[in-house]
Amino acid sequence: MHYNAEEYAMSVAVIGVGQTVFSRNCGVSIRELCFEAFRESLKDINLNPKEIDASIICSAPEYDKQRSPAGLIAEYLGLNPKPTFYAESVCSSSSTGVKVGYSFIKAGLHDIVAVIGFQKMSEISSAEAQERMGRGADIQWESPFGTMMPAGYAMYARAHMKKYGTTEEQLAKVKVKSGKYSVLNPKAIYQRVVILEQCLKARVIASPLKLFDCCANADGASCIILASEEKAKKLTDTPVWISGIGAACGTQSTTGRTNLTGLTCAIEAARQAYKMAGIEPKDVDVAEVHDCFTIAEIMAYENLGFCKPGEGGKLIEDSQTYLGGKIPVNIDGGLLAKGHPIGATGGSQIRTIVLQLQGRAGKTQVEDAEVGLVHNIGGVGLYGNVTIFKR
Amino acid sequence: MAFEKFGKISYISETKVGNFVKYLEAGKIMATQCGRCGRLYFPPRTDCPNDLSTDIKWIELSGKCKLLTYTTAYYAPTGFQDDVPYTLALAQCEEGVNVYARLSKDINEDKVHIGMDLRLTPLHLPNGRITYELKKA
Repeated sequence: MHYNAEEYAMSVAVIGVGQTVFSRNCGVSIRELCFEAFRESLKDINLNPKEIDASIICSAPEYDKQRSPAGLIAEYLGLNPKPTFYAESVCSSSSTGVKVGYSFIKAGLHDIVAVIGFQKMSEISSAEAQERMGRGADIQWESPFGTMMPAGYAMYARAHMKKYGTTEEQLAKVKVKSGKYSVLNPKAIYQRVVILEQCLKARVIASPLKLFDCCANADGASCIILASEEKAKKLTDTPVWISGIGAACGTQSTTGRTNLTGLTCAIEAARQAYKMAGIEPKDVDVAEVHDCFTIAEIMAYENLGFCKPGEGGKLIEDSQTYLGGKIPVNIDGGLLAKGHPIGATGGSQIRTIVLQLQGRAGKTQVEDAEVGLVHNIGGVGLYGNVTIFKR
Repeated sequence: MAFEKFGKISYISETKVGNFVKYLEAGKIMATQCGRCGRLYFPPRTDCPNDLSTDIKWIELSGKCKLLTYTTAYYAPTGFQDDVPYTLALAQCEEGVNVYARLSKDINEDKVHIGMDLRLTPLHLPNGRITYELKKA
């Protein structure tokens, strides 16, 4: 594929972003969660919801009792009879939704598209959630052994530690950073500072990953409003342009993986996104990466080219991913502090980057941020999505 | 087909590689090989994506493997909670294919190291179920 960076760079914009508080027991239904995020996304723009041409609803269906939730959500948001679509790529569902929405607009089918991600995970126990997510592995040959998400990433952590000498302390330092910024994010499930010793002493979930190396299941919703260039310029003074999109797919099976110290799907998605945006890793001012586990953030640094393979542990050790460092990453607390309501997560990451590029990130504002990147992974390196934004 | 007997909990009953379980019960761990391009597949499959051939034959693996990575789970999903702690491992067989399995309970976690030699072996489970595990070589 050959993209003309200039032609593609300024054509689809994010014009509105919204997100609910991520919480453990939200006490409301999925339609109500989505309404809250949707309402917030329209707050700052002068857009009548009737002007929305299509909606894309994103979630991991194994948590929903509601079958075919897109129709229900579209109705509750008042979007009938405009078409609605359902997008799923587990934890990266809403990034997939944004790619689909982008394509609709580029194709000229629709001018304004709402991408709504949600998940209500609190209706089932953690063990049950792990069983359902565990079936995101190969159910014929791997799930019968008792697979679960932490175990999948733990196997990458072991291999990374062996090959590069990455330490449990370096993993823990990712969580310490996350805790530091969590107290500045009123939408995070955990708003508390965490110290290194707490992380290292926590109970083991799947060795070497301990409790604080893992993100939390959560309830929440996010909403991203996309618009064509013409509409975006009419509706807002601060459009944020989608300048690069990459997506790739890894093997569902662990046995099919040839790289055990990085996510091939992320490396490939990043390559596509950088190429399309016409930029290099050093041009990124602020990034949101998929830190479902601490090791995932360290691999993301490497897979996105923020450092060389094997140097991710050192990058966090040297505090280079803090605000003021070489490349600030997850300075909204990341999944580790915000919580990870599967279908809502990509939209939440995009919201953080959009607020940064609009200069609305408050105490965590990266000065003069122009280019932001979102890395959102579905499953254990199954679906890789990298999206680059410019103001 | 016999596949519903595979593993502690099987999510699949019908598959064209159901004979894998019969071989396992006879003490053999089998891979498949494409009769056209010669590619070896484990887990076994009857369809070769390389040349779209369905002409495959069963090949017995020696069971000799090396540990690529592992984790010990102290927390488990529904259905597996009685087993904790258990060690999940990825190993490479000498024939070049990878296998995902549990490490035998008789290997202490502190003795486990990436690169160690292992032997892939059938394992009978309660209630007539069967699987395979990685034992000390």
